[in-house]
Amino acid sequence: MSRRVGVVVFPGSNCEHDAVEAVRSLGGSADLVWHGDTSVAGFDAVVLPGGFAHGDYLRPGAIARFSPVMDAVRKFADDGGPVLGICNGFQVLTEAGFLPGALQKNRGLKFLCTTVELAVASTASALTGQAEVGQVLRVPINHFEGNFTCDASTLAELEGEGRVVLRYLDNPNGSVADIAGICNAAGNVVGLMPHPERACDPILGSADGAVLLRSFLAA
Amino acid sequence: MSRFDVLVEVTLRSGIADPQGSTIERALPALGFDGIERVHVGKAIRFVMEADDESSARGAAEELAKRFLSNPVIEDAAVTVVASS
Repeated sequence: MSRRVGVVVFPGSNCEHDAVEAVRSLGGSADLVWHGDTSVAGFDAVVLPGGFAHGDYLRPGAIARFSPVMDAVRKFADDGGPVLGICNGFQVLTEAGFLPGALQKNRGLKFLCTTVELAVASTASALTGQAEVGQVLRVPINHFEGNFTCDASTLAELEGEGRVVLRYLDNPNGSVADIAGICNAAGNVVGLMPHPERACDPILGSADGAVLLRSFLAA
Repeated sequence: MSRFDVLVEVTLRSGIADPQGSTIERALPALGFDGIERVHVGKAIRFVMEADDESSARGAAEELAKRFLSNPVIEDAAVTVVASS
């Protein structure tokens, strides 16, 4: 639990302090890492937080993948380090090729800001190691482009390898197979649209996100 | 080296929901525009590029369009290259 988490700040990120606060509240330590830095040395885990990195220009995540820190994050991930992309961070991970698929506009063309129920679909990821398959978690979503899509062969691969980490119980955005979060083949890189860092204390309406971030801190 | 005007048109791939296009299409009859279908919304990206010839300009622009200007998971990119006047 004394893990040191680096939370990357892109120009336009806006959930970095929530992530830092949540990690600290769970007993970890956390510091911000500017996107122009070229190293994540000294960190045990990396979070790409929510927001609008580089203004979401071109596409969400499209410019962020060129931020200097991303080379260091890629090497960190390749070496097995836990990397978590939340919301816009998930979009960055798909654009940067850490995770397959893409996040398109929500079905219904509405920005969604609500609390949803998620079911844990796999515990073989850096985000769900301490959760249980089938466990239902109430976690907020806050996105316009959260409709996960991928081609049929990628979906078959994700399902076949147990890489769907979280699913929506009542699909809010049209994501294929109700997917709310996925991981890479090794399980150390996880992306999800919901915001577990905003659900780590009952005063926020739900503390169900804590089991996810606790798992991440222990990964 | 010559200069070329490049136009990259990015559109959602067929099968990918285009809620902007369908919303526009649904609004058209209210304005009296009938008989319009298959409305799609995309992006047009223009730039000027230096290259040895049109073929190498096209090759580089298509590479750029595929690797950066579009996301091939959900988008198609059409590249048009003409010599700058």
